[in-house]
Amino acid sequence: MKLTLRVWRQRAADADGAMSTYDVDGISPDMSFLEMLDTLNEELILRGEDPVAFDHDCREGICGACSLVINGDAHGPERTTTCQLHMRSFADGDTIDVEPWRASAFPVIKDLVVDRSAFDRIIQAGGYITAPTGAAPEAHATAVPKPDADFAFEHAECIGCGACVAACPNGAAMLFTSAKINHLNVLPQGAPERETRVLDMVERMDDEGFGGCTLAGECATACPKGIPLVSITSMNKEWLRAARKAGKR
Amino acid sequence: MPRTVWDSTLGKKTVMAVSGLIMLAYLVVHMLGNLKIFFGSDEFNGYAHWLRTLGEPFLHYEWALWITRVALVVAVVAHATAAYQLSRRDLRARPAKYVHKKRRASYATRTMRWGGVILGLFIVWHILDLTTGTLHPGGFQSGHPYQNVIDTFSTWYGNVVYLVAVLALGLHIRHGFWSAAQTLGAGSRTRDRALKTTANLLALVLTVGFVSVPVAVMTGVVS
Ligand code: HEM
Ligand code: SF4
Ligand code: FES
Repeated sequence: MKLTLRVWRQRAADADGAMSTYDVDGISPDMSFLEMLDTLNEELILRGEDPVAFDHDCREGICGACSLVINGDAHGPERTTTCQLHMRSFADGDTIDVEPWRASAFPVIKDLVVDRSAFDRIIQAGGYITAPTGAAPEAHATAVPKPDADFAFEHAECIGCGACVAACPNGAAMLFTSAKINHLNVLPQGAPERETRVLDMVERMDDEGFGGCTLAGECATACPKGIPLVSITSMNKEWLRAARKAGKR
Repeated sequence: MPRTVWDSTLGKKTVMAVSGLIMLAYLVVHMLGNLKIFFGSDEFNGYAHWLRTLGEPFLHYEWALWITRVALVVAVVAHATAAYQLSRRDLRARPAKYVHKKRRASYATRTMRWGGVILGLFIVWHILDLTTGTLHPGGFQSGHPYQNVIDTFSTWYGNVVYLVAVLALGLHIRHGFWSAAQTLGAGSRTRDRALKTTANLLALVLTVGFVSVPVAVMTGVVS
């Protein structure tokens, strides 16, 4: 395949960026999108140019490191991560636009790499449980109803990639935050911090400068793990419950 | 507790949802009341008079009306303030646009902000036109709303302003009612279709009901 790439190039966080055009040839339809970028970078290095910086780690769709907006879609045209997107989703001769996640809470560090540490701070605010350390407890010691376990698992699938923020017209982190809150709040292990978790994580989310929810639904469309829009509804319910309880104390 | 709510994006959205639903409930009643115009001037003017004696003798003359007015003003101000502050925040959270643009959200979703501004301006004009009479075309007659309504809808701009506002309202409710259910945590996978259908029905019934009045005046059904 022969492709034309238009890639966002930005030397540093405080530098101005712009789209640069590159032609790449000899791309196999079985390559992943990142392998295609590797091919481009090898050429750039041979030519003595600065390779395109982009985030990646597992390349298996499980770590959440890869992050590209491809032709206006976070993670590209398929419902998967950029590393699991293959070039067969494109046609020979295509022009492909590649941009970084855009949100003021995710500033660009270089080219296509953005700083997503705001997510880490949301997790630090309450995305954990207090558990006694030591040997793992007997798995059946705490009974969890099947529907609750399924609900928790569904939300535990979130890999923290940030595609939801990138896709949201308001740069909101509602889908990510709701996935993390719902995952723990439904389980007995998460019960002791049920109220503080949702209040603190939402407060942190707001403090990081993410936007509000207008229920446009772009996040759930972009999410490679299929976290549904209704997760935000569940988070709202948890938040209202916690705010009422906090008001009584 | 009040600070927790107003300082949080979720809390402010809750204020919008509650105030929006209060206005929505009022508009359903308001629309039904307006339909009385089809039964002639005596019945319509009589209904307007009854609104002033509502709640008597427990309430004094016009008290029920004034309580409603105060509640509505509070709702409009709370709703618009929260909308403004949240919108500012949203724009700040996403300053850089993508070079490759895509448009996906529905028309109703994308027009909530401008539609809301149209509604806000309309509310001001509507009160100055038919409540205080300040901007009313022709002599405003207090206590004779039937004639006042006909005067307004006998001008081209009266009809245009009103129709634009009612269409904006329909779109606003279409996304807003369903949105409010999500904000208040009342949505769920199984209830989603029912909520969307209810939102569309409310939007349709309100639009048709409100539009029927100027259309009736324009076509001479009400004169
Ligand atoms: C003063 C003029 C108004 C302005 C500036 C305004 C603006 C807005 C905005 C910006 C939103 C949020 C949209 C979104 O989340 O995408 C909204 C939501 C809403 N509006 Fe309005 N609006 C106005 C009047 C009204 C009226 C008259 C009603 C009553 C029928 C109404 C009912 C609603 C409802 C139910 C919501 C949903 C709240 C939620 O998302 O939780 N609005 N409005
Ligand atoms: S909710 Fe989905 S899109 Fe958002 S961070 Fe988690 S996996 Fe990524
Ligand atoms: S690189 Fe790990 S999910 Fe894509």
